[in-house]
Amino acid sequence: MTKGIVKGIIANLVQVEVSGPVSQNEICYINLGGVKLMAEVIKVMGNIAYSQVFESTRGLKPGDTVEFTEHMLEVKLGPGMLSKNYDGLQNDLNKMNGVFLTRGEYTDPLDEESVWHFTPLVKEGDKVKGGDWLGSVPESWISHKIMVPFGMEGEYNVKSVALEGDYKISDTIATLVDVDGNEIAINMIQKWPVKVPIKCYKEKPRPFKLMETGVRTMDTLNPMVEGGTGFIPGPFGAGKTVLQHAISKNAEADLIIVAACGERANEVVEIFVEFPELEDPRTGRKLMERTIIICNTSNMPVAAREASVYTAMTIAEYYRNMGLKVLLLADSTSRWAQALREMSNRMEELPGPDAFPMDLPAIVSSFYARAGFVYLNNDTSGSITFIGTVSPAGGNLKEPVTESTKKAARCFYALSQARADSKRYPAVDPIDSYSKYLEYPEVIEYLNTNVSPNWVKDVNSTKDILLRGKEAQEQINILGDDGVPLSYHDKQWKGELIDKIILQQDGFDKIDQSTPMKRQKYMLELILSICGKDFVFESFEDVMPYYVKLINICKQMNYVEFESPDFKQYESELHKVVEERRAK
Amino acid sequence: MATQAFQKIYTKLNQITKATCSINASGVGNEELATVAGRLAQVVKIVGDTVTLQIFAGTEGIGTDAEVVFFGKAPTLKVSDQLGGRFFNAYGYPIDGGPEVEGEEVEIGGPSVNPVRRKQPSELIATGIAGIDLNNTLVTGQKIPFFADPDQPYNEVMAMVALRAESDKIILGGMGLSNDDYLLYKNTFENAGVIDRIISFVNTTEDPTVERLLVPNMALTAAEYFALEKNEKVLVLLTDMTLYCDALSIVSNRMDQIPSKDSMPGSLYSDLAKLYEKAVQFPEGGSITIIAVTTLSGGDITHAIPDNTGYITEGQLFLKRDTDIAKVIVDPFRSLSRLKQLVIGKKTRADHPQVMNTAVRLYADAAGAKTKLENGFDLSDYDERVLQFAKEYSEHILAIDVNVSTDEMLDTTWTLFQKHFNKAEVGIKDEFMNLYWKKA
Repeated sequence: MTKGIVKGIIANLVQVEVSGPVSQNEICYINLGGVKLMAEVIKVMGNIAYSQVFESTRGLKPGDTVEFTEHMLEVKLGPGMLSKNYDGLQNDLNKMNGVFLTRGEYTDPLDEESVWHFTPLVKEGDKVKGGDWLGSVPESWISHKIMVPFGMEGEYNVKSVALEGDYKISDTIATLVDVDGNEIAINMIQKWPVKVPIKCYKEKPRPFKLMETGVRTMDTLNPMVEGGTGFIPGPFGAGKTVLQHAISKNAEADLIIVAACGERANEVVEIFVEFPELEDPRTGRKLMERTIIICNTSNMPVAAREASVYTAMTIAEYYRNMGLKVLLLADSTSRWAQALREMSNRMEELPGPDAFPMDLPAIVSSFYARAGFVYLNNDTSGSITFIGTVSPAGGNLKEPVTESTKKAARCFYALSQARADSKRYPAVDPIDSYSKYLEYPEVIEYLNTNVSPNWVKDVNSTKDILLRGKEAQEQINILGDDGVPLSYHDKQWKGELIDKIILQQDGFDKIDQSTPMKRQKYMLELILSICGKDFVFESFEDVMPYYVKLINICKQMNYVEFESPDFKQYESELHKVVEERRAK
Repeated sequence: MATQAFQKIYTKLNQITKATCSINASGVGNEELATVAGRLAQVVKIVGDTVTLQIFAGTEGIGTDAEVVFFGKAPTLKVSDQLGGRFFNAYGYPIDGGPEVEGEEVEIGGPSVNPVRRKQPSELIATGIAGIDLNNTLVTGQKIPFFADPDQPYNEVMAMVALRAESDKIILGGMGLSNDDYLLYKNTFENAGVIDRIISFVNTTEDPTVERLLVPNMALTAAEYFALEKNEKVLVLLTDMTLYCDALSIVSNRMDQIPSKDSMPGSLYSDLAKLYEKAVQFPEGGSITIIAVTTLSGGDITHAIPDNTGYITEGQLFLKRDTDIAKVIVDPFRSLSRLKQLVIGKKTRADHPQVMNTAVRLYADAAGAKTKLENGFDLSDYDERVLQFAKEYSEHILAIDVNVSTDEMLDTTWTLFQKHFNKAEVGIKDEFMNLYWKKA
């Protein structure tokens, strides 16, 4: 094992003189008076390894000793991760004693003593390869698959497999034999380096299935798909975190991984407090039962912040390989990029735009590329859907992180300050936002088959009405209420009707906060049928009160149970009001 | 600080810049404290045997033969009950002529609180200022800045908030305070007779700029002692954080770091977060609440300092001069307290959220009416009424000199509603209308 000696310290970048071979991204431990600080090699020059320390380097001295581990930063994978709160390096935060995070305290992400009920899925003589399922254990409500370690290359024969029964995670549950006859004992634990994607699957087709989130402005207008990627940029106060929380509460996923990356601690505390209480509307279970939190808040060490998104992604890939639908949310990827910037700065690399490293676009896009829909070796499917937030400096979208992300992500949910100021929540701008998936023939076919035959056409005409409404409004603002034809007012208010009823959603209302697709379809068709009608107005002063009346009735519909007597009552009232001014 | 036995002394500097110097030394730890020619300094970089020190008081007049003494420890503060009522400089030395504080020596800028050991903030902090209590309620464990232009009376407002807020300790961290403002705080606290509750760490404009970097950590270290050891509610006032950031940029510039946006160091977000995230609610009842001031340049909140601050803090407060009533008010549109949802209507009267929203909506209508008026359009009867409402609302609610309880604020607002509007225009739930809308 290579050893080294500290030669220089610049904040959390430490220069280590090494006596033997080291590799890029190798993990080492620096001994600071008995406390071991974890660090990662990020550059090697001659016999000096530049390492970023995941902790504060206060008190570190030249001459302190360093031990290298011969492996990269890795996570420990196995049953028992569900509902856990980890830091960016996968330390179990609940196992740490004391109010403050102690430097050099690393805790086991899994519980060695826990007992799991194992059911084999293979038998003696079966041929298996990396990522194949050997058996399963129930983890909360998930059937957690025990897999052949991803790092095992080639084919193996199953020599023996444990009988159904209770085992600890480090008990051997299968013995495999490789082509040379070497026996390998397998237990429920495996390790994987976080910066390397897990690729134990058969193929990765273009995603095609709608991923319901219950948020209308996403599902209806710019849908996310299973295995898709998206990002939410917005200035502070526009509601990025609130929108992400809404998605995490209602999204149709088997498992949610929340990576709180460099954001406010009190927001994470909100998840800690609320998720164990809130119910998943589909399964009736507590939200926490399908959630893993990777929490590296803004005051925690910056290098661990960079690692945290990779830790989250690797855990997501692990569960995806069990055939699950995983939703990964990262808040915020800008903080991750800033961590990269801080390190690049300390290494005195020549800076790119806004002092970010030159390879930022490459780093961002290879990270987003780890999401996706896959067919596993046994032909079942699994997916990672990734949605990241971006916090652009000064709310200006022309900055390196937003631009790099725009190239990588397929959905763009732009939060607008103007909408947030006028309390139009969620503040997703319907004109600027897009979902590339709406152009995928596979997605169009899926939506038209599963939602309604005209769905994509309807969605596109909704967008047209919104755009026309916006244009009409701009004209009115320039020319004045009576300086434009009457039809401009009608167009403006038809856009407004869609905005108020379809796009805006009350995240605090029990019913309105999440809308199933069936209801979204019903409401969109209802609103579009109104927008398709011509109305007769005497003067522009009649337009607003009439549409306000329509909007109020539709809003009441949004607040009551779908297809309930109240709902039907409002609907018939709506039709009456529509008839009042309909052109005969 | 006197030299002690067995300390290493060096006398050969090999590089001096405006804020830093370098020396060949061994066995020195990162972030260790030292003196250079008697001035306090801190190790910021070690490469081989070359140690770079940041000298807080500046390097003017320092010679290449200056004596450098290392202390073998990071900057510390002695914490105990004796801190109460005292004034200190950025190094934690008394500047009020009193004796040195005895107590446990704690390193400043210590580790962060484990997020799973935090409690969700849930206790309201009443300030008596309706623009805050009614519209932007503060909660213990919150961090919130005033975004203010330099000409606005933010120091006066902060002093007022500090005095009225129900807290066990008030800790003032003054960075680049003008001597006049320092005296303002000192006199205000003394006159109010609350001096025992107050602890101040002050760097005035007369003191060296880089010294400011120590102030917030000194204040927050003291705050952690009282919040954690004594379970007290501690309010920390930091003014002015913009000057703190300026000092950060000076040091990073001297160390040849590549600046990012607005010449600020690339680590500005992390640097600020480390301070602001010290705001916390502990399960045992102690809490640290941070109210800061970030001065803006011409109201520009896209500048790197307010922008990064806004992403960290839980809301922001804006002051504004209302020319109609010739008073300073808390701007109801741009101000926001993100944590208010945790207390309003729960710790306050149930009608609070609805009354708050309705009043702000009507106030927004008044702004619309004002624009109409300025553009030469005719005003409707409703426009006239909202304008009158807005004026009285400013006068009796938003003005910062108002000092009443939250219940009184709500009652006043109801009275204004009833004076100017009919029931439909107010549009509050019937449940509350029946309770508070007085029968004619």
